[in-house]
Amino acid sequence: MSPNYVLFDRNTKAFVYGYQTNAIQRMLDFDYICNRPDPSISAIINPSRAGIHKAFWGSKEIIIPMYRSISLAAKAYPEADVMVNFASHRSAFDTTMEALAEENIRVVAVIAEGVPERQSRIMSATAKKQGKIIIGPATVGGMTAGAFRIGNTAGTIENIIASKLYRPGCVGFVSKSGGMLNEAFNIISRNSDGVYEGVAIGGDRYPGSTMLDHILRYEENPAIKMIACLGELGGEDEYRIISALKEGKIKKPLVAWVTGTCSPVLPASVQFGHAGAKADTHKETAQAKNDAFSEAGAYVPTSFDGYGDSVRQVYETLLSQGVVLPLIEPEAPKIPADYSKALASGDIRKPTTFICTISDDSGEEVLYAGKKLSAVMDEKMGIGGVIGLLWFKKELPDYAAGFIELVLQIVADHGPAVSGAHNAIVASCAGKDLISSLCSGLLTIGPRFGGAIDDAAREFKHAKEADLTPEQFVSDMKRKGINIPGIGHKIKSVKNPDKRVQLLISYARANFPSTELLNYALLVEELTTAKKGNLILNVDGCIGILFLDLMTSCGAFSKAEIDEVVRLGYLNGLFALGRSIGLIGHILDQKRLGSRLYRHPAEDIAYIMPSPEDIKCKR
Amino acid sequence: MAQRGIREYDAKRLLAGFLPQYLNEFSYKGDLALVGPETDLEELASTHPWLKTARLVVKPDQLFGKRGKHGLVLLDADWDRAKKFLQEKMGALVAVGDITGRLSHFLIEPFIPHIEELYVAISSNSDGDNIFFSMQGGVFVEENWDKVVRFHVDVLAGIDGVDIKSRLPKDLGEKSTAVDNFIKALWRFYAETGFSYLEINPFTFHNGSIVPLDMVAKLDDAEEYWQRKRWSGLAFPEPFGRSLSKEELFIKDLDSKTGASLKLTILNPEGRVWTMVAGGGASVIYADTICDLGFAKEMANYGEYSGDPNTEETYYYTRTILDLMTRHIDPRGKMLLIGGAIANFTDVAKTFKGVVVALEEYQQKLQDAGVKIYVRRGGPNYEQGLKLMRSLGRRLGVPIEVYGPETHMTRIVPLALDGAST
Repeated sequence: MSPNYVLFDRNTKAFVYGYQTNAIQRMLDFDYICNRPDPSISAIINPSRAGIHKAFWGSKEIIIPMYRSISLAAKAYPEADVMVNFASHRSAFDTTMEALAEENIRVVAVIAEGVPERQSRIMSATAKKQGKIIIGPATVGGMTAGAFRIGNTAGTIENIIASKLYRPGCVGFVSKSGGMLNEAFNIISRNSDGVYEGVAIGGDRYPGSTMLDHILRYEENPAIKMIACLGELGGEDEYRIISALKEGKIKKPLVAWVTGTCSPVLPASVQFGHAGAKADTHKETAQAKNDAFSEAGAYVPTSFDGYGDSVRQVYETLLSQGVVLPLIEPEAPKIPADYSKALASGDIRKPTTFICTISDDSGEEVLYAGKKLSAVMDEKMGIGGVIGLLWFKKELPDYAAGFIELVLQIVADHGPAVSGAHNAIVASCAGKDLISSLCSGLLTIGPRFGGAIDDAAREFKHAKEADLTPEQFVSDMKRKGINIPGIGHKIKSVKNPDKRVQLLISYARANFPSTELLNYALLVEELTTAKKGNLILNVDGCIGILFLDLMTSCGAFSKAEIDEVVRLGYLNGLFALGRSIGLIGHILDQKRLGSRLYRHPAEDIAYIMPSPEDIKCKR
Repeated sequence: MAQRGIREYDAKRLLAGFLPQYLNEFSYKGDLALVGPETDLEELASTHPWLKTARLVVKPDQLFGKRGKHGLVLLDADWDRAKKFLQEKMGALVAVGDITGRLSHFLIEPFIPHIEELYVAISSNSDGDNIFFSMQGGVFVEENWDKVVRFHVDVLAGIDGVDIKSRLPKDLGEKSTAVDNFIKALWRFYAETGFSYLEINPFTFHNGSIVPLDMVAKLDDAEEYWQRKRWSGLAFPEPFGRSLSKEELFIKDLDSKTGASLKLTILNPEGRVWTMVAGGGASVIYADTICDLGFAKEMANYGEYSGDPNTEETYYYTRTILDLMTRHIDPRGKMLLIGGAIANFTDVAKTFKGVVVALEEYQQKLQDAGVKIYVRRGGPNYEQGLKLMRSLGRRLGVPIEVYGPETHMTRIVPLALDGAST
């Protein structure tokens, strides 16, 4: 058990009330650069979620438990005796009273501004009765150098290192203002061996602990050799310090300054930034307080500008008297830079693992191939235009975008009996959700169902480029024993032509600059339909072949780009995309109908079992 | 957030509305009428019919005392006389102590003839509340302060264990029970309605029950969330003699809408030294230093921004100040101090972004007004923030000197003012 004058040491364990991830990380970073044996935060109390919080300990990651209530956390971690309370002004009182009710919690730092005065007084009186300490409300908190920091006290790691707060000096500091705490650390570190401990009691009228409370602790602590305080006009707190000085309760040298000396020249009604900063009587003015400090034997500069000089003067005297020994400076510690911060400042670089060249959502508005979404809308680029941007990274001519839309409409559905729709329906009837059922349908797309677009494009392109006559191509394929992709249909034939193919061809003839490959394919079709009526150019083949014609003739694609489209198999995507529309329709249809599980009728299955002999293995 | 004065009208309204919850026999009805510059007196009389039948008291209700001594209280008048009084006094310029201001609000209530004037007040300090009672109330209470009885109410123990009755003056006689009950109820009302100061001086007994004649009160405005029901319709007027300018109102409104703090008081619109300081503590020290160096009369404003305001908020705050400071041209030029301590968690670069946008917008006006800018700040991302300011100086054609935590916080004040005195 540490003596009563010690609030925080290198083993202090605390709870943080409120899920303040930045403040939590700052506390841990401070612990780390102080070479503490372990983190100062035992647990986080977050009324809306229990679980864990992941944070950095140096460059390693650690887990901090998170509890919903103070009592649960206190039960699990009896060694934690501090609570840093980030609750809002609405709940600061209730949570602080709850913490005070826990036997083991002996210091509560209340950060919230705007806590009512009566609540503050009740919290403060309750704590006093129990021999506990409240720091705040309306403060950033305080810190003990090299040991423990409350929340955001002392700001960034750079500042902590600049003010040497990772190791103790000999000055005990207390102020009302939290905003001035850091400035004071800076001034003190430049004019002495630095701060031992610094606390900001907060600018409210009724702080939970007073400047005198902390000064008396500093007086008792043998490691502290001198005390510095920064008061403010308004209230009588400073006079309690002055009385203690006069009564000899403060023997260590005290540097004091009270701000607000300007108030006599300002209109009486000006309310300074702090609620308590208003002099109601002459006694409460900054001048009167500074004079009284001076008279009582404190070191009082002539203005705030001289504060550092007064600190230096006292420190050097103590040094020459041998009260303070020269400090052997330990090596300044390092903390790994935060990745996002270092990246933003350009201090580090890292190769990316992922590249994206089609869209960008990192700015204010999403970009499709560099084009703002709003421009896509303004120019009425349509689905075809969007596919042009996202698949081909090109602004396609209108007729090309129109062709893509035509393809999507044509392939959107072909009834419930085709294998893809059938599978989607069966999956939906089995109770699968929309996406699973859609996948079931899409996974059916392949060489025999809707997946022949790329193959047809590839084979016809190859034949045409090799200067094969249609006859040579047909016999070549026959010799290899390959059915020509894009040729043949289960039910459509010369006599029963596929309307979809006719639509595609007439659009192409009307809009494309040239349909060379189609013309070649129709010559091939003449040969194949002569053999058998249903060996027509089918819809897959027609789409693939026309897409090649489109790319070749529209002028937007180089030969290498066309080769790539075919090689990577872009074109089956057109079928998959279009048919998804129909598949989703079928799935929703079944769901609306409330269809039951589909079971294929047994009489429609020929059950033919192998004989017992057939399955026997030869020994 | 702080203690704020309220009108006597509102104080008595609260008393009439909520004291009966603590004191059954409290029968004060709270017949009160507030007259502002826009009030239609005939309409007021129709909603408050007693105005035309009762004998009336009329007095200014603008958070200042000693109204009788200044001849501003009309006693025992009828409605016609009251109206005449109001017409005479409304908008009149009066001096109260050192402060001169215009009369804008009056309280009208029924006149209560009385002889006995009792005094009760409650104030707060850190360990509890003090209740003061005297039988010598009214204007003589201060000269008779030795006759005032003080009761201390511990902040945790409350009033239950406090013996009031046996310490009341014996001269009260049979009224001592009523006064005892009244004081206890009044304290409960005080504690549970968000008061931080309350004085009824005097109150009297009229037809056997207590009636407050004159009342002063302050509320702790931090209680607003808890008191939203009881305080509904209540206003915190500005202190007498002080009306907010359009710009101050704008910043006040901005402040009320954010978790950050934004404050602005204009001291001398033609002053040459303007400040834009971050932090409640630091802003006072900058003002101190300006006064120390003998420039109190040139100090144009007091203000502060803190609690991590966002870019938009600092933009509006800066623009308001730039607009004010470039309105009057002074051939000797002007100084803008953008100061602050080393911040704990306020992102300096982010707050400066808004400042920079406003400065760019006012480039021409800043040049015309011969403004020199001095910057000093530290804290999270301060390097980036200061860099922003330095590069702005080169672009803007306005001299900007920029300093970080290596320079003493208020060093820019003498730097700026040295230029000012030549």
